[in-house]
Amino acid sequence: MYKDGRGGKVHKMSKTTAMTGAESAAEAMRQINPDVVAAYPITPQTAIAQNFANYVANGIVDTELVRVESEHSAMSCCVGASAAGARVMTATSSAGLALMWEIVGVAAGLRLPIVMEVVNRALSAPINIHCDHSDSMGTRDLGWIQIFSENAQEVYEHTLIAVRLAEKLLIPAMVCQDGFITSHGVENVEIFDDEGVKKFVGEHKYPYGLLDIKKPVTHGPLQLQDYYFETRSQQIPVMEEAKKEFVKIGEELGKITKKKYPLFDEYEMKDAEAVIVVMNSTAGTTKTAIDAMRKEGKKVGLLKLRLFRPFPYKEVSDALKHVKKIAVLDRSVSFGANPPLYSEVKNGLYDVKYTGKLHSCVFGLGGRNIFVEDIIGVFNRLLDGKLKDHDYIGLREE
Amino acid sequence: MSRLKSAKEIPIGGLIDEAGSSRKFKTGDWRSFRPLIEESKCINCMMCDVFCPEHCISVKEDGKRGEIDLDYCKGCGICANVCPVKCIKMEEEAKFIK
Repeated sequence: MYKDGRGGKVHKMSKTTAMTGAESAAEAMRQINPDVVAAYPITPQTAIAQNFANYVANGIVDTELVRVESEHSAMSCCVGASAAGARVMTATSSAGLALMWEIVGVAAGLRLPIVMEVVNRALSAPINIHCDHSDSMGTRDLGWIQIFSENAQEVYEHTLIAVRLAEKLLIPAMVCQDGFITSHGVENVEIFDDEGVKKFVGEHKYPYGLLDIKKPVTHGPLQLQDYYFETRSQQIPVMEEAKKEFVKIGEELGKITKKKYPLFDEYEMKDAEAVIVVMNSTAGTTKTAIDAMRKEGKKVGLLKLRLFRPFPYKEVSDALKHVKKIAVLDRSVSFGANPPLYSEVKNGLYDVKYTGKLHSCVFGLGGRNIFVEDIIGVFNRLLDGKLKDHDYIGLREE
Repeated sequence: MSRLKSAKEIPIGGLIDEAGSSRKFKTGDWRSFRPLIEESKCINCMMCDVFCPEHCISVKEDGKRGEIDLDYCKGCGICANVCPVKCIKMEEEAKFIK
């Protein structure tokens, strides 16, 4: 490590350090060095903005940090800065994401490549600061790319991919991680060398910047019955492209990290009779359960989604169609409808005429713990045919 | 009205990639009252144009008042209201529809 001209620390080589998911997100942001960050503190996201604010205060990054009075303002500020042509990032959780909801849709509608760290936390009421996915699920139809991360390492790497992906397609992207479990849990994270990452991330060249006086543009004009439909429809095919681009950009990052970034990970799926589909940190718990059960000869596997929006229907269905028993684990619910992840998986399986047994399991709302034994329990019930079609894990039902 | 463009023909995000395009937005079809000027009374003070939100009353080379551009006149009636000699009256647009 040495100091650059501004007194910033430059990491010449990759290093493995113990850090939290919030710190690894802030570390990615340090390397990305966005032009503008506008954020408002909210548990458990605060740790990201706080760590990043340190980098700003110490002159390690060039970022203009805007301390706004609410998340609605945070996203509004991001929209303005992004339309001006800046590389823009923010971070939020739960009620914060809910409060900025209106402008989250604006960012996507205006095709502004903002990257947002979402630290997943339950929505009120009852008020609760712990993890579930109802916050990002609430924004799943707003036109953002949504990438879910199992651990702090993935948060770091997904953030780097998200910047490239967003700026390539001009779609905003959110990188999700589990509140407290990932954001405040300490683990080893490998941070790659600043130069290599800087080169990978590259420069943001936005073609419609408001500050380009030679090319005057208007962002956000009114469109009524005559053009709104056409403009909105443009967001559909470009989302499809995001799947291919995610993999392509992932391959490029893989040259630095020596890792792979598929749309979803398949763990012990080859001969699996029973498979769990899940996102974020519970995928790690599931892997541990699988390792233990495989030792006993039980054929169990995991499909861990990285990309939830756009949802890779065909790819997921092809991977799952020969599996006899599937349990989709959702850390959120959709009241009066199927849980979000289950709903998508089921949707895709219709197209491949799936004949196996598909179950929905809701777990972990409001941070309710989920342990390896719970996952083993789901697998055993799944294998024995004792799992209900719509089941819960860790809920006191009676 | 010119032919409406397809999703592939328009810029992304609803953005407008040229300056001065509001000229293409003919606000005249909002009008339900049409201003009629009594030429003999007009003193060419140009108060009507100063207050017109669309600036759709032209000024001729000799500095006198020209025609009202009905492509843009929304029929708001401000011109009639501010006219010091009350030479502009608002007529129901329906009367002009043939």
